[in-house]
Amino acid sequence: MAELTPPPVRRIALDADPTVIPPEEAINGNGHASAVRRPEAPRPGTVLERMRVEELSVAYGSKLAVNRVSIEVNRGEVLALIGPSGCGKTTLLRSLNRLVDGTASAARSGRILLDGNDIDFIDVTQLRRQVGMVFQQPNPFPMSIFDNIAYGLRERGSRKPSKRALEPAVHSALHRAGLLEEVKDDLQHPALRLSGGQQQRLCIARSLAVQPEVLLLDEPCSALDPISTGIIEELIAKLRTEIAIVIVTHNLQQAQRVADRVAFMYLGDLVEYGAAEQVFEAPQAMRTRDYVTGAFG
Amino acid sequence: MSATPATTPAPPPPAPPADAPPAQVEAPGYAPSWSVGDKIGVGLAWFAGLLLCVIAGSIVIYMLVRGIQYVSFDLLTKHPQPSLDQSKSGGFLDPIIGTFVLTILGTLIAAPLGVAIAVWLSEYGKPAWLARAVESGIEIVAGIPSIVLAIFGLLVFSNAAFGFLSFTAEGGAVFGRSFFTAGAMMGLLALPLVVGATREALQAIPIHVREASYALGKDRASTIRRVLLPAARPGIATGTSLGMGRIAGDTAIVVILLGASLQLQEENSFPILGDLKGTGSTLTSYVYNNSPAGEGNAPEKAYAAAFVLLAIVILLNFAVDLISRRRKVSWQS
Repeated sequence: MAELTPPPVRRIALDADPTVIPPEEAINGNGHASAVRRPEAPRPGTVLERMRVEELSVAYGSKLAVNRVSIEVNRGEVLALIGPSGCGKTTLLRSLNRLVDGTASAARSGRILLDGNDIDFIDVTQLRRQVGMVFQQPNPFPMSIFDNIAYGLRERGSRKPSKRALEPAVHSALHRAGLLEEVKDDLQHPALRLSGGQQQRLCIARSLAVQPEVLLLDEPCSALDPISTGIIEELIAKLRTEIAIVIVTHNLQQAQRVADRVAFMYLGDLVEYGAAEQVFEAPQAMRTRDYVTGAFG
Repeated sequence: MSATPATTPAPPPPAPPADAPPAQVEAPGYAPSWSVGDKIGVGLAWFAGLLLCVIAGSIVIYMLVRGIQYVSFDLLTKHPQPSLDQSKSGGFLDPIIGTFVLTILGTLIAAPLGVAIAVWLSEYGKPAWLARAVESGIEIVAGIPSIVLAIFGLLVFSNAAFGFLSFTAEGGAVFGRSFFTAGAMMGLLALPLVVGATREALQAIPIHVREASYALGKDRASTIRRVLLPAARPGIATGTSLGMGRIAGDTAIVVILLGASLQLQEENSFPILGDLKGTGSTLTSYVYNNSPAGEGNAPEKAYAAAFVLLAIVILLNFAVDLISRRRKVSWQS
């Protein structure tokens, strides 16, 4: 019998304060020479605060999933939430459009502001039209490509406004998601016949159709092949100039490729939050360093 | 007798040395050796499957031969007549019409009600005790023999309050037998099948599809209407077709609640309503009455009618197959 030797385990600190570096300090003159291909940095002045999370805590029953997290979401930037499974990053994301409220056992405290207004006082329909979301699995509805996009634009399940009136909006949403060229002749085909990557871009187009200010992406590429992933990452880089993007990923390379700012979470705590270069190349907290160098996770 | 007692676990095969070539499947000790018991079990399974094929095949072939022997155009298009002389007792046009009318009536009741119950159970289902009660209710209805449903229906619909559904005698006694009353009970018969299939289809839709609709600012009602029900359509169709087969094949409710009269007896001369308030028969009751066990005693006509009924039900089954196989909606999960 072979001797079973346990793998080496790195213990990491659990009770440190979050290490938050204001973005102004992180941006130095020429910037870091990054090892990976990065989209060009947003022009200064295009960054605009859209959402602000203040002391957010979310608990499922007695289990605390998110512990007093404060964070900002800015237009012109991609914010990546990283961390190992179960660290609360998806819960944080689902709090931003109050989807977490649909879970019966979830209790939320703290404030989330959208353009200065508390989201608990915004009509939830209005909030979700301003804060769109794309899910881990491509999930087009069982209807035509056109109707998938039009669904969000139509009132309460009715068929109005008519197809003709919606056509420009549908085309523009598909165009922004980079899907128009591929599907413009098959708009009446069932959406579920598209490939996985096309389905996911359709889901992005569906969210974009209602003109959101913030787009939440919950591991949007984890079910996709590398080519589709690349297409979607390029799309994210393009979209960030128009809207604020928050992406949850546990693919560190992906976060490195697409993110302008990174929040590292661990066991519900926000451990480190700052510019992407700084979090990946000069992490302040021990736990972040261990995570981004692959010591655990 | 097997070589090793069942209580003794077989010794684990020796682990091959690290540098040995990959173990060959045929090597002694690795070959799949079946015990006598296993061999007998597999043999029985084969036998049971083949036996079922033989039984199903012989029923269909027997009815086909008998049916083709006796079915004629006249039988399908002539009204049945009360006559002891078989050459004068007509065909079974009325029972064919009765079968279709009753099936449609029952389906019209079962399908909307069943879909509504399934949607409530799957999408709301609160409070939990009520959902459990509804589930048990469905199970109980599914388990009630149709003859009990029929007797219960007669009891209920003979009440003066339901006089508008059937014949009323001079003294005010309500007959309780009509297409309406039989259709209502047939609806109950098909209901559990619709609920079951629809609910299964709804529960097969991943949660994140619902959430994608909520994330677009849609409420639960429009999500159900525009996303979930279209996705569940194959399931709804399957359940409905199964229910139709069940209705077309039932005899007890027809005999007790439809009157099983030879011809369609309209309650008044009002076009369709009068017929539905009246009595009639279906192919099942016609077969029963003309079989050697019944009073008509015209086995040839019973065989012919049974063949037509079998053809209808088999066609329904084909429809079910077609619907459930056709482009099943499948999300990545």
